[in-house]
Amino acid sequence: MIPQPQVRHDQAPVTESDLLLQVRDLRTYFRLDEGMLKAVDGISFNVYRNRVLGMVGESGCGKSVTAQSILQIVPKPGVVQGEMLWHRDGQTVDIGGLDPESEEMRAIRGNEIAMIFQEPMTAFSPVHTVGNQLMEAYFVHGKLDEAEARARAVELLDLVGIPAADRRVDEYTFQLSGGMRQRAMIAMAMMNRPRMLIADEPTTALDVTIQAQILRLIRRLQAETGAAVLFISHNLGAVANLANDVAVMYRGKIVEFGTVRQVLKNPQHPYTVALLQSIPGFGYRRGDRLQSIRGSVGVPIDPPDECPFRGRCDRFDPALCGGSMPASVEVEPGHQVACVLYEARS
Amino acid sequence: MINYLIRRLGTTLITVLVLSYTIFAIVQIPPGDAVDRQVRLRQTQGDVVTREEIETLRAQYGLDRPILVRYYQWIRGFLVGDLGRSTSGRRVNDLIAERLPQTVALAVAGLIITYAIGIPVGIYSATHQYSAGDYIANSISFIGMSVPGFLIGIILLYLFYKWFGLSIGGFFSVEYKSAPWSWARLQDLINHLWVPLFVVAVGSTGGLIRTMRATLLDELSKQYVMTARAKGVPMRKLLLKYPVRLALNPIIASIGHIFPYLLSGQVVIAIVLNLPVLGPLLNTALTNEDIALSSSILLIQSLLAVFGTVVSDVLLAVLDPRIRFERGAH
Ligand SMILES: Nc1ncnc2c1ncn2[C@@H]1O[C@H](COP(=O)(O)OP(=O)(O)O)[C@@H](O)[C@H]1O
Ligand SMILES: [Mg+2]
Repeated sequence: MIPQPQVRHDQAPVTESDLLLQVRDLRTYFRLDEGMLKAVDGISFNVYRNRVLGMVGESGCGKSVTAQSILQIVPKPGVVQGEMLWHRDGQTVDIGGLDPESEEMRAIRGNEIAMIFQEPMTAFSPVHTVGNQLMEAYFVHGKLDEAEARARAVELLDLVGIPAADRRVDEYTFQLSGGMRQRAMIAMAMMNRPRMLIADEPTTALDVTIQAQILRLIRRLQAETGAAVLFISHNLGAVANLANDVAVMYRGKIVEFGTVRQVLKNPQHPYTVALLQSIPGFGYRRGDRLQSIRGSVGVPIDPPDECPFRGRCDRFDPALCGGSMPASVEVEPGHQVACVLYEARS
Repeated sequence: MINYLIRRLGTTLITVLVLSYTIFAIVQIPPGDAVDRQVRLRQTQGDVVTREEIETLRAQYGLDRPILVRYYQWIRGFLVGDLGRSTSGRRVNDLIAERLPQTVALAVAGLIITYAIGIPVGIYSATHQYSAGDYIANSISFIGMSVPGFLIGIILLYLFYKWFGLSIGGFFSVEYKSAPWSWARLQDLINHLWVPLFVVAVGSTGGLIRTMRATLLDELSKQYVMTARAKGVPMRKLLLKYPVRLALNPIIASIGHIFPYLLSGQVVIAIVLNLPVLGPLLNTALTNEDIALSSSILLIQSLLAVFGTVVSDVLLAVLDPRIRFERGAH
């Protein structure tokens, strides 16, 4: 077994009573013919009520699989291991220990924790009406009043800014524009007043003006309901806008964690630095040209125990980077980095 | 929806018109006609046939008139229910009436069996991918698809005769062949029906299992399945409401080609199993250059096939709002 870094967030500036979800050493592996694909490989983080945790990283770093793991909806042959302590009213459930098909898990899914997906195009069934799919979220959680479900669906469609909601509720999703569809998806996630919302790249498939509207909508709903949000995006601008904390993922691992200010203004991990330099408006060193990160993330099949970024790293040093996966080090209160540059210094 | 239906009916009418003319024209393409055959037959028997005689025969069959005129007469006859006379001298109406009900019954029953077996087995296969059951279903459907039905028919005929001393050819035992309808006769028909049904449906069932499996696997990996799971919908309920429902669309569309396949696929099987359906009759009619009979059978089979397509199109429009809106909008 690969030794895992212990990531700690004890200094998060919030009270323990706001702690909603504690993820500890989460591993989600897919056993494939080619070997073991370690999509998520020993990550830990906390999610707090009334706070937005941003999760960034290039495509293929394991962000979506993390989201799926929390809801236990990872497709076959994925296997989820690790602890996910879900706190509700003085009661704690370990989601990691629940059978994905159990009643207990289903009662959390879409009810206490809801999810918004990236592709509003394909995330709805094309042969059922918007209302049918919204109301289903209501019905599967034991609320059976038809009229009440419909009223709630219309109310939410209206709340997320869909005009003529009482008419739209009976339309099919292919009759809505991409932006309207994403609004409907958000409405669907809010049907049962979830305590935590996972938004997996909710704006990636939309054009820029619509993106801004959807982000404002998520922020408004978050503020109004006090829900916790796990906001996954590779749009660093959106994360800067919306999130309180940021986790930077690379190849199934969290390589840097801190508040938005810490991570985006004062990035420490070479990967975070490279990521920021590759994005317009986030030039870490002002005046520099935009640089795309050379190489690609790759697929972590049977990954060796070493820094996953070493092959692409500008600051790769054979003398330092030869060892196993560096442990996470606190470089300032609440700001952790998993890189030998800091490990050596401390 | 109404618009869509009206337009669908319009295109169907045009299809049928073009189809009927094509059939009529194609049936006459082979060189020579029924009169030539008759003349040749008499000549081999030593008869001398004069030119005048030939002309009279031609006129008698109407073969001296231009093709469009003959087509018009044929179609008019078809519409008022008079299909003309076969070269055997019997009325085509009677010849077809003897066999049409069995033909349609066999095809419809074959279709029902195909769907009743193909859909559930396909669903099982897709939801239990790579399980033992999936492998068995796959192997059986593969054999069903690749072994020709008539071969299975011959094997069954042989086995039944060898093991049980039973002759399973035809639709009726000798004693019921021309008996009036009774419960006993119906029972006899059912006893005889399942072997031809099996043989007729085995290929299309194998094909449907594979299609259903592939389509459902494709649907299962779609994003909307994960969305529904994330809402907390139980897997079993989800399966039927979303992916199976969507996977059924192409399956329903396939009625349009499975039905004609079952109609025409019967020819060789029917000859082997000695079934009184239209297939073998068409075969003889074509070899005898019996234009009235062969073109009538072909047209009836085509009409049934077109009917199958219309049924599947309408069902599809009812089930899939995308089609309803797309095609009904303008
Ligand atoms: N259902 C799956 N089966 C096998 N591998 C998967 C599956 N889903 C994701 N992966 C793999 O896991 C890794 C992380 O994927 P993902 O979480 O989708 O990345 P991200 O959301 O950060 O772009 C990738 O290498 C991807 O190929
Ligand atoms: Mg993703």
